Amino acid sequence: MEVQKTALYNYHKNLGAKFVPFAGYEMPIQYKDGIVKEHISTRTHAGFFDVSHMGQFFLEGDETLIESLEKIIPADLKNLKINHSKYSFLLNNEGGIIDDLIITRTEKGFCIILNAACKENDIKQISQFLKKHHKHLLNNDLSLIALQGPKSVEILEKLIPGVANLKFMTGNNFEYEGDNLYVTRSGYTGEDGFEISISNTKVEKLIDYLISNEVKPIGLGARDTLRLEAGLCLYGHDLNEKINPVEANLKWAIAKKRKEVGGFNGWEKIKNLLAKGSEKIRVGIKPDGKVIARENTKIFSSDNNEIGFVTSGTFGPSVNAPVAMGYVKSEFSEVGTSIQLEVRGKKYGGKISELPFYKKSYVK
Amino acid sequence: MSEKKFSKKHEWVSLDGDVATVGITKHATEMLGDIVFVEVPDAGKAVEKEGQAAVVESTKAASDVYSPISGEITEGNKVIADDPGSVNTDPEGASWFFKLKIKDKSEYDSLMSKDEYDKFCKENPS
Repeated sequence: MEVQKTALYNYHKNLGAKFVPFAGYEMPIQYKDGIVKEHISTRTHAGFFDVSHMGQFFLEGDETLIESLEKIIPADLKNLKINHSKYSFLLNNEGGIIDDLIITRTEKGFCIILNAACKENDIKQISQFLKKHHKHLLNNDLSLIALQGPKSVEILEKLIPGVANLKFMTGNNFEYEGDNLYVTRSGYTGEDGFEISISNTKVEKLIDYLISNEVKPIGLGARDTLRLEAGLCLYGHDLNEKINPVEANLKWAIAKKRKEVGGFNGWEKIKNLLAKGSEKIRVGIKPDGKVIARENTKIFSSDNNEIGFVTSGTFGPSVNAPVAMGYVKSEFSEVGTSIQLEVRGKKYGGKISELPFYKKSYVK
Repeated sequence: MSEKKFSKKHEWVSLDGDVATVGITKHATEMLGDIVFVEVPDAGKAVEKEGQAAVVESTKAASDVYSPISGEITEGNKVIADDPGSVNTDPEGASWFFKLKIKDKSEYDSLMSKDEYDKFCKENPS
């Protein structure tokens, strides 16, 4: 398959981006400033992220569309208000997570933001449940820009009046340069911010404006350190088809009503796990020293029994210490439990930690 | 202290009598990005030419640091282990990785000069 590029590819190049292949796209991993500076400037000012590789999947239909989607998504879509968003997943028959996503109710149906690496399969999986008269479109004419950081609201409000009134996990249509924009107050960094869906033809102009307001470009490298500090999962690492939402410590994302009534893929299994608890569970991990416990690092109990593995690990620039997430046997998941991390054949001490590592500042 | 010599794995070596000081090059730090973890060897450890001797990690990934020369470690630089970011600031000066007592000076002689190394980097962009 040919490597794909987002509409901003040349723009990134001119900004000094270093590219890496990611989910079939050439994406910036970092720019000239490097990951730590990009991370800090997002936390202290604002940064923009080109996340146009993610799928923007639009669905239209009547009431039966809700029934169809609820078979694979455990959110309460019936009671989701127009312009409100929820974090949820696509589930397989075993309750495993096919992808994690943000779903927003629109005037005519729904918009789902899908992970780039999963989007084609996701659409296949969703389509199984759709009726002939449901319309769907993966819109590749749109870019998606995340603007994240404490100054985001002030900067975007000047350009697009009204965005400041959006509450976290809600969105609306706005006008920009004679075009329609859909803006949601959301993101994946633990900061206040927005995700802006904008036509590929207008996106450069938006970025020009952001840069003139000292918003730095942020690559995948800092996106990873930011989301990990915020305790957020990365699909393909912390989540996969063999992990269910209970194990992933994401049962909060299953709507209460849906937990009781069910009617979605894997419900029997999930209901059982909700009652009994799972054997393993996702936790935050803080190594005691400076050692970084990266993905696949084995986790041992203090008496040397293997109890789990790391799924994401890096140095957290705002925490100023290494941070990680992983799965451990549930009896070792209590915050403060001492563990050992095997790095390059040597065992280092660590502790089960609260998530997030870095406290969020969302506008509710 | 002798002139610095360079390896293809982006280490530098300087020689003072039979004790070599080894670090990673500025070019290496630029490729790695922000350095957040360093592990240096303890004194007494024997290392082979091109054998793994230390570890350096950036936010992105972990990399081994090889010794361009064989010998016995006399000192690991604890300062950079405590302050890994200092490797980005002064990689070819204060932020050396380890010192070792060498066995065979010809291993040092066969490494690249500064000019040869610069040329090597230009021809082998990462």
